[in-house]
Amino acid sequence: MIRFEDVGKSFGPVTVLDGLNFTVAPGEFVTLIGPSGSGKTTILRLLMTLEQVTSGVIYVGDECLSHVTRGGRQVPADEKHQREVRKRIGMVFQQFNLFPNMKVMQNLTEAPIRVLGKSRAEAEDRARELLDLVGLSEKVDAHPSQLSGGQQQRVAIARALAMQPDVLLLDEVTSALDPELVAGVLALLKDIARTTDITFLCVTHEMGFARDVSDRVMMFDGGKVIEDAAPDKLFSDPDHERTRLFLQAVLERG
Amino acid sequence: MNDDVWRWDYAWEVFPEIVGGGLWTTVQVTVLASIVAYALGLVLALLRMSSIRIVSTIAWAVIEFIRSTPLLVQLFFAFFVLPDIGLRFGPVTTGVIVFGLHYATYSAEVYRAGIEAVPRGQWEAATALSLPRSRTWTKVILPQAVPRVLPALGNYTISMLKETPLLLTIGVLDIVGVAYQEGSAAFRYVEPITIAGVLFLVLSYSASLLTRWMERRVGIAR
Repeated sequence: MIRFEDVGKSFGPVTVLDGLNFTVAPGEFVTLIGPSGSGKTTILRLLMTLEQVTSGVIYVGDECLSHVTRGGRQVPADEKHQREVRKRIGMVFQQFNLFPNMKVMQNLTEAPIRVLGKSRAEAEDRARELLDLVGLSEKVDAHPSQLSGGQQQRVAIARALAMQPDVLLLDEVTSALDPELVAGVLALLKDIARTTDITFLCVTHEMGFARDVSDRVMMFDGGKVIEDAAPDKLFSDPDHERTRLFLQAVLERG
Repeated sequence: MNDDVWRWDYAWEVFPEIVGGGLWTTVQVTVLASIVAYALGLVLALLRMSSIRIVSTIAWAVIEFIRSTPLLVQLFFAFFVLPDIGLRFGPVTTGVIVFGLHYATYSAEVYRAGIEAVPRGQWEAATALSLPRSRTWTKVILPQAVPRVLPALGNYTISMLKETPLLLTIGVLDIVGVAYQEGSAAFRYVEPITIAGVLFLVLSYSASLLTRWMERRVGIAR
């Protein structure tokens, strides 16, 4: 579903990703772990086209996201091409990023109507179903500012699902939440991952969640994948000393 | 009685002249020029923020040029020089265009600040939902940016109001213009000029009440 081929990303002189290769199969739930600044979030941002690759190629499904072929040569993709390909990808952000000027209902229907060409009635029906799924049916007419962080993040998850994505990117989605709200959001995501065939790519510091829900966990350090294994293997018997130290540090922090 | 500092009978005589002649001109120019300034200011702000380098550079140059030259000079130029190259407008129209253009450049910077204050996450969420660029502007960014800058724009309307006496220089008689005219006809300036001052006080105070009301509304909406 997702394929990174020799992807590099630099911000000026700083190299964040360096010759990165990995694939994610359709329906797979892959979690990226690693110290801050190791490039995990950059991977999600490249997939969402919020950043552009410095080198290498990214594929989504059987389409190339980062490049188009023009006159027999691969050239960096333009905005129009990326807009088409990224319709298959949704993203949930650390800071929720709901539109504060719209009610919950409008947050959920704006893009399905404008981008997927759904009728208003169809989009609103779907929005109600999704609000029901995330347990916020009664908040349909609320403004985001009237919701708690946990509720805002649930709406943001519903908003991403309303676009019927094949791939859902989760960028530290519980990092900005009060501790007592984290479990609810994680349980919801677990539920969605189990009941849909959406491909997930998740950056998180919630190791319990990662172990519980992931099919595969990739440990990042210095812009490279240093370990890529099933969660049970990676969390209980990592091959790399670096992984072991990282996990130990995270567990000690609590 | 001619030695009285203030004569009520004379004051009552010139009051309707100043209100009837000057007040209307002042209000008309201020309102029309505000509309021009707010609309054109937004356009200038968007051009200034364009990702096409040449467009944003030209917009920057236009904004800086107009902001850095005095309004009075611009009025003279528009009224006395432009007709030589075939651009001829009536004095009131010239006033509206020059005031509108001048304050559009200030408004553009205010809009730009308001737009830049919208968190980057809003753009990113719009991208993640594949919303078209135009839709992102009209439904996400501007509805958040514009209410925040309304009070600042309101203050420009108040400045404009207080600068309308400059129109005297191109023959448009605003409140002060009419007051001055009345004063020179009777050789008594105290009453008409005082009345003009009071009228400005009333106008700009009501405008600032309106601006403060908008500020509160914006505060509630957030």
